[in-house]
Amino acid sequence: MITTDILIIGAGPTGLFTVFEAGLLKLKCHLIDALPQPGGQCSEIYPKKPIYDIPAYPEILAGDLTDNLMEQIKQFEPGFTLGERADTLEKQDDGTFIVTTNKGTKHHAKVVAIAGGLGSFEPRKPKLDNISKFEDNGVEYIIKEPEFYRNKNVVIAGGGDSALDWSIFLADVAKSVTLVHRRNEFRGALDSVEKVQELKDANKIALITPAEITGILGDDKVTGLTIQKKGEEAFTIDTDHFVPLFGLSPKLGPLGNWGLEIEKNAIKVNNALDYQTNIPGVYAIGDVNTYPGKLKLILCGFHEATLMCQSAFQRIFPDKKYVMKYTTVGGVQGFDGTKKEAPKAVVKAIQ
Amino acid sequence: MQDINIKITDRDGVTHDIVAPTDMAMNLMEVVRSYELAPEGTIGVCGGMAMCASCQCYVKSNHELPAMSDDEDAMLAEAFDVEDNSRLGCQIQMTPEIDGLEVELAPES
Repeated sequence: MITTDILIIGAGPTGLFTVFEAGLLKLKCHLIDALPQPGGQCSEIYPKKPIYDIPAYPEILAGDLTDNLMEQIKQFEPGFTLGERADTLEKQDDGTFIVTTNKGTKHHAKVVAIAGGLGSFEPRKPKLDNISKFEDNGVEYIIKEPEFYRNKNVVIAGGGDSALDWSIFLADVAKSVTLVHRRNEFRGALDSVEKVQELKDANKIALITPAEITGILGDDKVTGLTIQKKGEEAFTIDTDHFVPLFGLSPKLGPLGNWGLEIEKNAIKVNNALDYQTNIPGVYAIGDVNTYPGKLKLILCGFHEATLMCQSAFQRIFPDKKYVMKYTTVGGVQGFDGTKKEAPKAVVKAIQ
Repeated sequence: MQDINIKITDRDGVTHDIVAPTDMAMNLMEVVRSYELAPEGTIGVCGGMAMCASCQCYVKSNHELPAMSDDEDAMLAEAFDVEDNSRLGCQIQMTPEIDGLEVELAPES
């Protein structure tokens, strides 16, 4: 069981900044995210895109914003459970919470802060009638362990970076790699596109374009696929695995069943006070919450995280007196023993 | 600046007559959101960067729309339920030229 003061669900910018504000109050944080890396949408959807409305940054790339936040919070030593989705929330008799992920990892926390953005990122599944029957029986939407494909025949579908990158990687592992895309053109990093061209010329990747997978064959395991090339008759190929890589889309998912008040796909919070939900001790901050006048902006998430941490502190230590300190005055004392502080001025007579 | 009239058929098949401003730098995805014609979180997921296809729509009228950017074209190449008249709503700006436009929202994916 992982134990922490504040369990943050969602490691996007709002969730990451919460670690900093909590750390100033000497509260420890642990984050859960369905994605394998921190940063949320900033690293999953648009890491190379600029953001212009982060105060004091006239322009910053979303990926750099994530890197900077990770740097800013490192002395507070946050824990991470990545690649797992928070599935259940159980309130304990003592007012604390246990949150369990889809992989069974349990987290015990005094306070839960949901910073889940638009929800957890789930793979987009192609609309094929029998596809759910083959999930984990030859159909995988995410490649977790490349070795799994050693000496197997693999068909990858998609036209973006992940389809290109995995085709390249598996070309050396799998028995055969076939890449199917609806167009002749691929959208990805230039060197990935060129590398696939090279591997195709060397007969290490079979390319079928412009084409679509129209059917999955097999009894209880995938044995083949039906492929339709534009303007031609459909044909079948044998394969052991079908890996559709059509990107991820966010879904509110299990959070919707936690007994939280939901409005317009977002969690209602008390914005007059502390961004608490209808479950005392559970807060919602950033894009995942809603209140009158809500704006889904990173900078608003930072503000909400800051106020939320003050309330969490009072909830955890109801009898402790506390006044907010400026970091310039008080410095930043890390849990790792480091201390950042303003340099002291010298007082010395000038003769 | 004038307002324009457009017809938007939502995902339940209901057609709405919408008045959209042309002086607010709005795109079709934003018009759909401002009139709440699709639930929040199911449209404009990426914010309008042509990177998610949640605002895909079918253009039903014969308007000459601005050409697709490479980004829009590539995104539609990876989206589902794509037809010849598919466009991303976030890439269609509200301009006087598209007065009378008729579109239908593609299914949620």
